[in-house]
Amino acid sequence: MLNRPASETQITHLQRLWLYFWCGLVMLFLILPSLIVIPMSFSDSIYLEFPPQSWSLRWYENYLGSLEWREATYVSLKAALFTVLVATPMGTAAAYGLHVSGMRFATIIRVALVMPLMTPIILIAIGAFYLFAKLHLNYTLLGLIIAHSTLAIPFVLVTVSSGLQTYDMNQEMVARSLGASRLRAFFTVTLPQIRFSVISGALFAFITSLDEVIVAMFISGGENATLNRRMFNALRDQIDPTIAAISTCLILVSIVLLMIAQFFGTQRARRPTP
Amino acid sequence: MTAIPRDTAIPAAAGNNADGLAEDARRERWQMFGLCSPALLLVGLVVFIPVGWLFWLSFFDAQGVLTFENYERMWGSRSYIRTFQTTFEISFIVTAACVLMGYPLAYMLSQLPPRAAGICMIFVILPFWTSLLVRTYAWLVLLQRQGLINTWMIDLGIIDEPMRLVHNFTGTVIGMVHILLPFLVLPLFAAMKSIDRDYLKAAANLGASPTRAFWQVFFPLSLPGLFAGIVLVFVLCLGFYVTPALLGGGKTIMWAMRIETSVNLYANWGAASALGVVLLIVTLGLLYILNKAFRLDKLMAGPR
Repeated sequence: MLNRPASETQITHLQRLWLYFWCGLVMLFLILPSLIVIPMSFSDSIYLEFPPQSWSLRWYENYLGSLEWREATYVSLKAALFTVLVATPMGTAAAYGLHVSGMRFATIIRVALVMPLMTPIILIAIGAFYLFAKLHLNYTLLGLIIAHSTLAIPFVLVTVSSGLQTYDMNQEMVARSLGASRLRAFFTVTLPQIRFSVISGALFAFITSLDEVIVAMFISGGENATLNRRMFNALRDQIDPTIAAISTCLILVSIVLLMIAQFFGTQRARRPTP
Repeated sequence: MTAIPRDTAIPAAAGNNADGLAEDARRERWQMFGLCSPALLLVGLVVFIPVGWLFWLSFFDAQGVLTFENYERMWGSRSYIRTFQTTFEISFIVTAACVLMGYPLAYMLSQLPPRAAGICMIFVILPFWTSLLVRTYAWLVLLQRQGLINTWMIDLGIIDEPMRLVHNFTGTVIGMVHILLPFLVLPLFAAMKSIDRDYLKAAANLGASPTRAFWQVFFPLSLPGLFAGIVLVFVLCLGFYVTPALLGGGKTIMWAMRIETSVNLYANWGAASALGVVLLIVTLGLLYILNKAFRLDKLMAGPR
């Protein structure tokens, strides 16, 4: 087994053992920190120990029993959900418009729309904070949704654009030549075929909003403080084991979203391309 | 991007129809622009207007007098220069560490059979999807004085005294490498996947040893992906906030933290804006070079 060639250049697995060993270490480095938090969150002790001496759910009780944490969780989920509802249609519409049009400005518009991804996030945070102060949008859910949707648009745009690239636009042409309006042709012919890209984009939008810390630190607060904002502030003071419980919940959310994304990703890959 | 073949879709635009068709085409272009406008509006409101405003503010001092003081201070003040030094030092170290860990990993992933590669890929993508704050918290727990790493090392007899691993430079670097590694591995993996394996067969066939075939054939072909990953990680390092703020313990001050304290602690918008503007220019400059050298959008479209 170990002496079998591993690649085109006839190198054997045995000669490459060092590579596998090193990569194994790197993979452990990547995965262990997040996973180790999970058992720790069930510890009974205030000192996060591993493996825990005795098990309990007290940090989960702490989390769910606290009005502040509950409210923050609720705000984060609302913001993420509305971000999906705003950014997905906007990003999809823009991707479609840019794909179809032979506009000379298409490239410039595309660059403008991915700007939120390239601009340092701290600059967006203080800029939005400054402008939203004038518009009285700071510490409101609306302001949070506007800011997070902007951050999510590039992800939707990129995902849907790549979906459109493998789609044959002539199908929509056929529908329209048979009398369907452009809108109808899009919704009945194009959208069903690029749906997996749109869903991936929506998942990205959700996770972008849910994980966002810095902008939320500036523009959210009071009763509209997000979970991340509260966690960040709590972490600055001390290592509260309640955060291990919250982290475990967030990791589970990530795993579930990732599984959905992978599922739709394979669906997208499996679809025969014209 | 291929636009629809308008000319072929509407065949034989007869002479007297040409004006009408051109009119239709123009109208359609505007409709398509209309589809982009909601997104453009949002990006304009949250990114372009505020950043433009900050750019304007950076030329005024606290009394509202026009001045270049905010920019001059960046060259003159010792504490600013130290911040830049720290930022670049950390960025170089983190990027180098990411290359040392990420290149072999991406290489192995690109060589494994699809099923095994898919399983190993989870190790890269799951952290990528996990909240930044959660991962930083995990390192805070692991690296602290009574944390797991110190406890284990003492139990194993490697060290006698707990090491200071967090609330300093070391902690910041460890946390940042962990968070940024997937940003190097994913574009690099996509680039390696697209390398034609026949070149390697040809090299082997012509008598090159595996090592020589790797360095003379595979490695040069993987450079665009590596370069993309390096620029991406470096640029993200320059503007990093959360991890250095939590793991740096207030002693390791990076660029973005300086911007934050200028606003929150000193309410000095001019200084914060000037710092932000220079950061933006450096970031966009690096990304521009990258995009000119290699098509970034092509590289990024793959792995996600």
